[in-house]
Amino acid sequence: MAKVLAVAEQRDGKFGSGAHEVVSVAARLAQDLGSTAQGVVLAGTGVSLDASSLGSFGADKIVVIEHDALADYNPEAWVSTLENLIREGEYRVVVFSATTLGKDLAPRIAARLDVPLASDVTEVDISDGMVSVTRPVFSGKAFAHLEIDASPALISIRPNVFPSVESVAEGEVTTVTPDINVSDLRIRVLERERSSDGVVDVSEASVIVSGGRGMKAPENWSLLESLREVLGADAALGASRAVVDAGWRPHGEQVGQTGKTVAPSLYIAVGISGAVQHLAGMRTAKTIVAINRDADAPIFGVADYGIVGDLFEVLPRLTDEIAELRAKD
Amino acid sequence: MNVIVCIKRVPDTEARIRIDGSGSSIESSGIKYDMSPYDAFAVEAAIRLKEGLQGEGDVSVMTLGDSSSGETLRKALAMGADRAVLLNGEVSLDGLATAKALAAELEGSEADLFLFGIKAADDDQQQVGQMVAVLSGRPCVSGVSSFEIDGQTARCKREVEGGSEIVEVDLPAVLCITKGPNEPRLPALKGIMAAKKKPLEERPAQLSGSRVRLIGFSTPPPRAEGRIVGEGPDAVPELVRILREDAHAI
Ligand SMILES: Cc1cc2nc3c(=O)[nH]c(=O)nc-3n(C[C@H](O)[C@H](O)[C@H](O)COP(=O)(O)OP(=O)(O)OC[C@H]3O[C@@H](n4cnc5c(N)ncnc54)[C@H](O)[C@@H]3O)c2cc1C
Repeated sequence: MAKVLAVAEQRDGKFGSGAHEVVSVAARLAQDLGSTAQGVVLAGTGVSLDASSLGSFGADKIVVIEHDALADYNPEAWVSTLENLIREGEYRVVVFSATTLGKDLAPRIAARLDVPLASDVTEVDISDGMVSVTRPVFSGKAFAHLEIDASPALISIRPNVFPSVESVAEGEVTTVTPDINVSDLRIRVLERERSSDGVVDVSEASVIVSGGRGMKAPENWSLLESLREVLGADAALGASRAVVDAGWRPHGEQVGQTGKTVAPSLYIAVGISGAVQHLAGMRTAKTIVAINRDADAPIFGVADYGIVGDLFEVLPRLTDEIAELRAKD
Repeated sequence: MNVIVCIKRVPDTEARIRIDGSGSSIESSGIKYDMSPYDAFAVEAAIRLKEGLQGEGDVSVMTLGDSSSGETLRKALAMGADRAVLLNGEVSLDGLATAKALAAELEGSEADLFLFGIKAADDDQQQVGQMVAVLSGRPCVSGVSSFEIDGQTARCKREVEGGSEIVEVDLPAVLCITKGPNEPRLPALKGIMAAKKKPLEERPAQLSGSRVRLIGFSTPPPRAEGRIVGEGPDAVPELVRILREDAHAI
């Protein structure tokens, strides 16, 4: 019976919500096919990993592929390893998460297997054996509804869109060690830098505090940082292109057409006008709050709630009020 | 150092996207087209590389599209690319079909670097560069915001969640370029004049069939009408109350 495979990403031995989402989607598709879902995890040798926890999101079997060369993401090492597993497994659908890693890896696997790939999908269904997806195009200004006429059908799912569905089941874990000849790798990861330790990336945060040119100067970001802090560990800072280009903030924080696409549950836009290229990256946030002194700023056109006013007066008050509320929780 | 940059003509980022009556295509009337923004970063990177080598080497640009894409190639030539190739064909929603047509064209190429924008601002698939790399047997690094050539390798800064990596790749290689420190230049008048005399070859693309079938396009539902909670800091308590009690967002 044609199974469904979820490619689950771990970082430093931990699964994020992305891993739970791919397994949950795979389990649902498998159920519709009357078959089973499996998970695969690639990791460095001996990484401590609770792979069986993926079982509680619906994977019957979890394959952990371990090798020193898989500790860091190196496409040269990962592609053949995963390609072999997929070829042997005869899967009907393979589900990736559209993270940086998934977006790099999935197209390579697609080309190796000679099947198309639907990237960054926001809906997927299987009926009468046909896999159909919905994916945003033109930076979210439209959706394309597509059928994938190939097997396995490869998809990557947009993070934070699909629910993680937990059950009581536990998956059976097997660990395998592939043959990888490290001297054959034409890519070498020399260094890894983390911009701010322990803080989630803007693309994965459930709350984003985003600043624009209205912040006036880079030193004023301490105001946004204070607000981010009271919002908790799942909150990240975002930025408009104007402030990234001015060198006030790092590229990694930019939200929009030429930055990151985000779908947090709360997006707070502070001193951001709401240019169409900025909206392209954040308009699917669940709740959008805008703080801007210009009542006609386009950001208010997409915001659920707005405050018209000077951000330098509004921000400290907002931080205080939320801190107070949190203190009572 | 010879570089080939693959670029795509897409609706300008300001464009309003409207779906035609049949629901199966995007209305092109009234839309301004331009080079996809990430491709512009890739073209800029190629030209800077050549400038850094005192003009040594050759930058060619290539696109798959209909003949109107000639305009986009001319823009790249005006920015400073040396030559252009237009593979005439209809781009489908199957990125692998596009990648195959490009890879067929790049077969046997002796270029040192193949640059792609990390994604095209129409399909947003983020896949063609990596697919071309696999099909043509070349190594590939994606998400590259800047790079340096160091002998027979490229040292790339690669943007990842929460940070960046320094990745070394053997040449010839494919790099998928994301936004970095260098703003793409606007073509100057001199460049525009020079571009008219630069070679632009056109030939049919070797396209295979698409295995991705379009059922239709739709537009996202408009966001529910928002509201201004109030003015100035005095509106904050009410906003916080709403975010807690109505939106369950904090
Ligand atoms: C190809 C292309 C790609 C692009 N990609 C992106 C992208 O990915 N992301 C992106 O963000 N932009 C992008 N842009 C740029 C975009 O068009 C805008 O220029 C940019 O988003 C503006 O940034 P901003 O809102 O911070 O600045 P501005 O437009 O200058 O807005 C500043 C806002 O701050 C408000 N303000 C000022 N002072 C105060 C105060 N004291 N209190 C409260 N409010 C105040 C003002 O009323 C104004 O609304 C792109 C543009 C192009 C052409």
